[in-house]
Amino acid sequence: MEVSRHWRLQAQRYQLVGETCDSCGVKLFPPRDVCLECEAPAQELYTFTGLGEIYSYTTIYDAPAGFEHNTPYMVALIKLEEGPLVTAQLTDIDPSEAVIGMPVEMVTRKLRTDGDEGMIVYGYKFRPAVEELTAV
Amino acid sequence: MNVSIIGIGQTEVKEMWETSIRHLAWYAIEAALDDAHISKVGALFVGNMLSGELSQQNHLGALVADFAGMRGIEAVTVEAADASGGMALRQAILAVKSGLVETALAVGVEKMTDQTGSAVTSAMAYGLDADYEAMQGLTMAGMGALLMRRYMFEHGVGVADFAGFSVNAHANGAANPLAMFRNRIKPERFASAPVVADPVNLFDMAPAADGAAAVIVTSREKGMDMVAQPVEIIGSAAATDTVALHDRQDILRLRAAEISAQKAFAQAGLTPNDIDLFELHDSFTVLAALSLEAAGYAARGEGWQLARDGEIGRNGRIPISTFGGLKARGNPMGATGMYQIVEVARQLRGLAGDCQVADAKIGMAQNLGTSGATAVTHILRAAQ
Repeated sequence: MEVSRHWRLQAQRYQLVGETCDSCGVKLFPPRDVCLECEAPAQELYTFTGLGEIYSYTTIYDAPAGFEHNTPYMVALIKLEEGPLVTAQLTDIDPSEAVIGMPVEMVTRKLRTDGDEGMIVYGYKFRPAVEELTAV
Repeated sequence: MNVSIIGIGQTEVKEMWETSIRHLAWYAIEAALDDAHISKVGALFVGNMLSGELSQQNHLGALVADFAGMRGIEAVTVEAADASGGMALRQAILAVKSGLVETALAVGVEKMTDQTGSAVTSAMAYGLDADYEAMQGLTMAGMGALLMRRYMFEHGVGVADFAGFSVNAHANGAANPLAMFRNRIKPERFASAPVVADPVNLFDMAPAADGAAAVIVTSREKGMDMVAQPVEIIGSAAATDTVALHDRQDILRLRAAEISAQKAFAQAGLTPNDIDLFELHDSFTVLAALSLEAAGYAARGEGWQLARDGEIGRNGRIPISTFGGLKARGNPMGATGMYQIVEVARQLRGLAGDCQVADAKIGMAQNLGTSGATAVTHILRAAQ
């Protein structure tokens, strides 16, 4: 598996660094350089808080190569509090507890492995929001 | 459009351990050439998604042209995930319409059973956003599940409310000798089928399979001279949307499907009510519902009601999946769009056998790439 492909996304995978549109102010994740809304340049970096809520979710039983180690696992669309949706695994959650609208927060976890001696890719997942941290 | 279909061909859809990708393509091409009573074409467009990953074979344009005895002609692969087939036909039409190519052949071919399990699941996910969807472990089934869960939430429906789509597809597939699944399913068994990606179950999701289908197009004038029953292409339009679901303003609105359908209707001078049958992209039951909404057959959130009310059957308001659709005929990804065209053409020629829609004169096919990131819509009419 190509190291550079994952290395260049480290700011996104570890910190949720996206962009703000210079023109309309919308927040973008993933970063895309041209605004999704107004098609103006969007290159000012913005680090998302990592807080959001579940917008849709599924439990995957039929895993692709590299993900067999934690099958079944949950993947969700998370609506970040700044607006955008992001696709991410849910972790530290019982599938029966998940519900649309549940508050969640970003954490860093192992995403996939590539055999015993291959690269391990880490990145964002989301877990149910820990109230002590969010309610202060 | 001034372009007509003069030949169609297709193979069975199933697991064909004994057949290679080049043979699959050739069998469909041979049938289409026989149907058109010709042996050569000016250009070849091969719709395929997975040959590089699953068969270690790219460069299908030259490979298939050579294997089909047409060495020397212009040929290229067209890839747009599971919309590759529809997009290959689109390129063939553009070639003929340009005047630079007199007769063009489009073949959709997919060989999925040379690998199994997680390798196939991974390859199918190549149509998603690799960095931001597939790297999170999302699969095609997972994508369908995220759409279905949100649809159920926003529109207040349950898993069982999607049953009518699969019951219809299997009933039609039972009458199609080329279909992968020829068993009928009972509505009451639908909601208890084994889960693939919650809430998507085995009866929601179309099965992967091997298959190939081919279509030959030429100008309308030539078509009238060459064959007894040409089928006119009166609408052809393709459009795109974001590859990732998370980049969409509204994931329950298939924008590319809307745009391509509206363009095709405008070209044909028709409205949804003029269509006698609609081969839509039912890779998941929720995509069948969303496609009906995008094409104008139902308001937002009401597409599923057409299945509940029996309006999608052979004698309903808008018959869909008339040979089984992706769900029962089977879904050879890059070939699926070409099967749709072959099936509409058979309906319009009145040669659909037990699958025939009575008095079918105008048919529509819509081929989606993944969740509709690519949409290709064609409207066909029996030659007058």
